[in-house]
Amino acid sequence: MADKSSANAYWAANKRIITISLVIWFFCSFGFGIILRPLIAGIGVGGTDLGFWFAQQGSILVFILLIFNYARYMNSLDREHGVDEQ
Amino acid sequence: MDQTTLNFIFVGASFALYFGIAIWARAGSTSEFYAAGRGVNPVINGMATAADWMSAASFISMAGLIAFVGYTNSSFLMGWTGGYVLMAMLLAPYLRKFGKFTVPEFIGDRYYSTTARVVAVICLIVISVTYVIGQMTGAGVAFSRFLEVDATTGLFIASATVFVYAVLGGMKGITYTQVAQYCVLIVAYTIPAVFISLQLTGNPIPGLGLFSTHAGTGEPLLVTLNGLLDDLGFNSYTTSTNPWLMALFTLSLMIGTAGLPHVIIRFFTVPKVADARWSAGWALVFIALLYLTAPAVGAMARLNIMTTMWPEGVQGEAVQQEDLPDWFQTWAVTGLLAVEDKNGDGRIQYYNEGSADMQALAAERGWQGNELVTFNRDILVLANPEIAQLPGWVIALIAAGGLAAALSTAAGLLLAISSAISHDLIKSTLNPGISEKGELLAARISMAGAIALATYLGLNPPGFAAQTVALAFGLAAASLFPALMMGIFSKRINSAGATWGMLAGLIVTCLYLFTYLGWFFIPGTNMLENTASNYLFGIPPTHFGPIGAAVNFLVAYLVSNATEEPPQEIQDLVESVRIPRGAGAATGH
Repeated sequence: MADKSSANAYWAANKRIITISLVIWFFCSFGFGIILRPLIAGIGVGGTDLGFWFAQQGSILVFILLIFNYARYMNSLDREHGVDEQ
Repeated sequence: MDQTTLNFIFVGASFALYFGIAIWARAGSTSEFYAAGRGVNPVINGMATAADWMSAASFISMAGLIAFVGYTNSSFLMGWTGGYVLMAMLLAPYLRKFGKFTVPEFIGDRYYSTTARVVAVICLIVISVTYVIGQMTGAGVAFSRFLEVDATTGLFIASATVFVYAVLGGMKGITYTQVAQYCVLIVAYTIPAVFISLQLTGNPIPGLGLFSTHAGTGEPLLVTLNGLLDDLGFNSYTTSTNPWLMALFTLSLMIGTAGLPHVIIRFFTVPKVADARWSAGWALVFIALLYLTAPAVGAMARLNIMTTMWPEGVQGEAVQQEDLPDWFQTWAVTGLLAVEDKNGDGRIQYYNEGSADMQALAAERGWQGNELVTFNRDILVLANPEIAQLPGWVIALIAAGGLAAALSTAAGLLLAISSAISHDLIKSTLNPGISEKGELLAARISMAGAIALATYLGLNPPGFAAQTVALAFGLAAASLFPALMMGIFSKRINSAGATWGMLAGLIVTCLYLFTYLGWFFIPGTNMLENTASNYLFGIPPTHFGPIGAAVNFLVAYLVSNATEEPPQEIQDLVESVRIPRGAGAATGH
């Protein structure tokens, strides 16, 4: 760890990507899959609506993308701040 | 070759594989026993985590839960996967960096308190023992159905198998057997689903088949399904009922999943913090292979059942009792399926007798009630190959797959229990001077003890076994998850705050459950009847996890702010778990 301000910047960046990820996590499961389902009911998918697809499949696919994106971002952030494991 | 012989060959071959791995992957040190020597590749760990997580409930019960309820039970799909996002971002990397062996160990060190650690051990044991009962009884049922031995013998065979590879190999043996078990279970789950999807929609990928056109009617599969359900008076497959309750239940499953100790400790086995992050992603990929197929299996099986019962369509005549497929006979023997020709017309009418429209129609057509009197939801996946008229080896594969799902989860849970006993209670609290060899022996003895206890409880399942699953998720959400998360994301939460927070979450959750389900789940001792009108704000006991978690967070925050802040070295510890550098060095004690 180079210095205190770099440590703070690293942790702030981590918290920022977690917040953004969890907002997407929330909208794709609780939002489109459950509570906001009526809003997107007009968009049809294979005999039902987009909300049903999000609840049964879409949310899971988004979760996978979120975790891989987080891993990729954090692993490069580690190197940028010199806190990766050698 | 008859079916039982075929089943024996498949199950026997898979068990031989597990034994082979156990002998190859013996544990020689506590680091190998507790954390597989921290040398597991992140993709391999992802696969092992998927098998660890997907229990008999995921493999056998989930498709049935979705099939007979429809959209509302999507909660299980989102809840049991969404928890991994929380785990990957809020817990796993930092706990890997901390570099110790158990979940209570982090809580004890971070909150510099033996009391906090003991509270965590108690939560861990209650959660894990509850879970393991379900796995053992599941394995016993699979044995008795497929191998025609009685359930007790089946349970002993299952226990003996777990004993060999878990006691010998510890986490190392468990990891590599879980990889093999994942392969067995995913192949077993996917093959029948692919055939059924091909038969119904012509699409070989079940997850896509769910949203494709039904080959028989030319309409989308879900429209066909909804049409039949409506004709028979059942609720539509795709409509929502109470979105707020559904959201709360989903959240409860998500937080509970993220707080389950046997899953968290899997991330202690990878070499680096960066690997722990990747590994969580891979775990979810491998889980998704089953979870994207499950809703298709559910919908297609439901459709198949209705077309089996009404071969000429609902407007025509119901199926003749003597024309029922063979699998009705095989499953009727187990008592999980039953038909009764109530009106004596030689046909079996299957419909929703609770629906007013159907009662009118029944009177008109001379039906005297629904004649498919019992149809256990768990049959769905197990009988799937028979329903789709697939060859005998697919049925044998399902038997091996169901056992793999139950045994892999049981082994992970048993390791979490035994490491909490040998490492958190014996090594740290009762006998700190114990040698490395002594601790390894203690770990093996605890493992053997945990298996004996699980076998006993599997043979004599307490009457409350089903209810306690709600307790396991509720406790994980209300006790462990908040304590772990605050320990990483706040430097201000101190020993008193965390201990009182965990106790408050624990007590509030237990009280709420006991109020409706009976004190310690003893039937008849509940203070209020377990019905919607009695619930506080309409929240059922199964949905209470997030409320318990909120109580934990709030109490921990208030108590911590009213008392002294944690000492400097604890604040430094929190700083250090937040960055990956130095994780390799921290593997010791």
